[in-house]
Amino acid sequence: MRTIREVGIVGYGVYVPQYRVSDEEIARIWHREAPPPVKEKSVVNLDEDSITMSVEAARYAIARARIDPRDIEAIRVGTESKPYAVKPCATVVAEAIGATPKVLACDLEFACKAGTEGLQDCIALVASGMTKYAMAIGVDTAQGRPGDELEYTAGCGAAAYIVGLKSDDTIAYFEGSYSFVTDTPDFWRREGQFYPRHTGRFTGEPAYFRHIVSAAKGLMDELGLKPSDFDYAVFHQPNLKFPLRVARILGFDREKVQPGIVVTEIGNTYAASMLIGLASVLDVAKPGQRILAVSFGSGAGSDAFSIIVQDAIEDKRNLAPRVRDLIRRRALIDYALYVKHRRKIRV
Amino acid sequence: MSVPIYWRESKYRYKLIGSECMKCHKRFYPPKRVCPVCGSRELKDVKLPDKGHVVTYTIIRVPPKGYEEYAPYPIALIELEDGTRLIAQLTDVDPKDVKIGMVVKATFRKLSEIGRDGIIQYGVKFRPLIENES
Repeated sequence: MRTIREVGIVGYGVYVPQYRVSDEEIARIWHREAPPPVKEKSVVNLDEDSITMSVEAARYAIARARIDPRDIEAIRVGTESKPYAVKPCATVVAEAIGATPKVLACDLEFACKAGTEGLQDCIALVASGMTKYAMAIGVDTAQGRPGDELEYTAGCGAAAYIVGLKSDDTIAYFEGSYSFVTDTPDFWRREGQFYPRHTGRFTGEPAYFRHIVSAAKGLMDELGLKPSDFDYAVFHQPNLKFPLRVARILGFDREKVQPGIVVTEIGNTYAASMLIGLASVLDVAKPGQRILAVSFGSGAGSDAFSIIVQDAIEDKRNLAPRVRDLIRRRALIDYALYVKHRRKIRV
Repeated sequence: MSVPIYWRESKYRYKLIGSECMKCHKRFYPPKRVCPVCGSRELKDVKLPDKGHVVTYTIIRVPPKGYEEYAPYPIALIELEDGTRLIAQLTDVDPKDVKIGMVVKATFRKLSEIGRDGIIQYGVKFRPLIENES
């Protein structure tokens, strides 16, 4: 998909809560013998949720964008961990950053793809001229059933991207995008249930790999590009193995993927996962470099983006904490505190 | 806090908006209708700086209803960069690590929840600075 008018990223911001629980600690509780999928994962504080993390990421994005928040005329919050079943996260975020009341605000749900689904919306809203700026947020306090494979990776984090028409003020612009969606029952959470269910190994081939590979190839075909044309590749990160394997399938060297890998230190932040990985690349990328960024959401689908970095990145990247700064802010907690922070004990 | 009060005051709690006296230019948080320094009723809303330092603090070990799960938690007297002083909860810091003079930044957090099915009240707390945060 290509827009009639070129659209870019004016500012981006990431938030990762400071608490971590190690996979070794989770494995100690559940007597896991197989090697755990990541080193540790991020955990919210008791007073944090998807709304507070969205606000923090949005404020960092505004700091980098150097714009008046009243000019953000659309906000999309993509998440599967809404504090309210009914009442939008986006209205609280819009109020807290000072974007109300002339703003189109709503939440989106598409498992781990909800954040990039919002990004697609924002690109269209800006390109059409309906809004001056639009902000897409991917955020989750990811749920994993105690003892389940998902508990070893389900992390917490947020990423916000403010989109505007391409100019000298955009840090990168979108060359094109591609969405690939099918009805695939790989992972779900029914109404009123605390934890999702998944279909184990079925989640790999027909879900993650098929959708990411198809979206990435579809995009490269449409734009006439090949893997060697890209300097970086970022994929959704449910664990370390999957993004490295999908990179190999598509023909990307490990050094093009490594700068965007954050899963080993903060876990799978679901709707924020690929967007935090992309921010990690923007933290180090040079003007003129091309990035392939592909999300995946169960259910299932992928959004692929080709992004070219612009000169403004050099001025703007230090206006807010970088992903590495947020990863370094780290307080390790044990399983008991983790259970309290994630409210797994219901009294 | 009732839902209407929370809603009426959310502007101040969400965005750290205080008031400034138009006569003596003293600033206050939470905002006031009458200046306690010069008695003027001419006050306007003003966005206060997000950064400040801890002047002094105490640890709440026996919390009021609705705050039980956060205890023990620090409450601090904070002086913002413009000299405005306010009282706020500190978060993301172990009570034993709080120090007088530590630099803190405003953050958007849950203040309390009215039960499992009630409104979630959000507002400002302060936390230690993150690396590369201005």
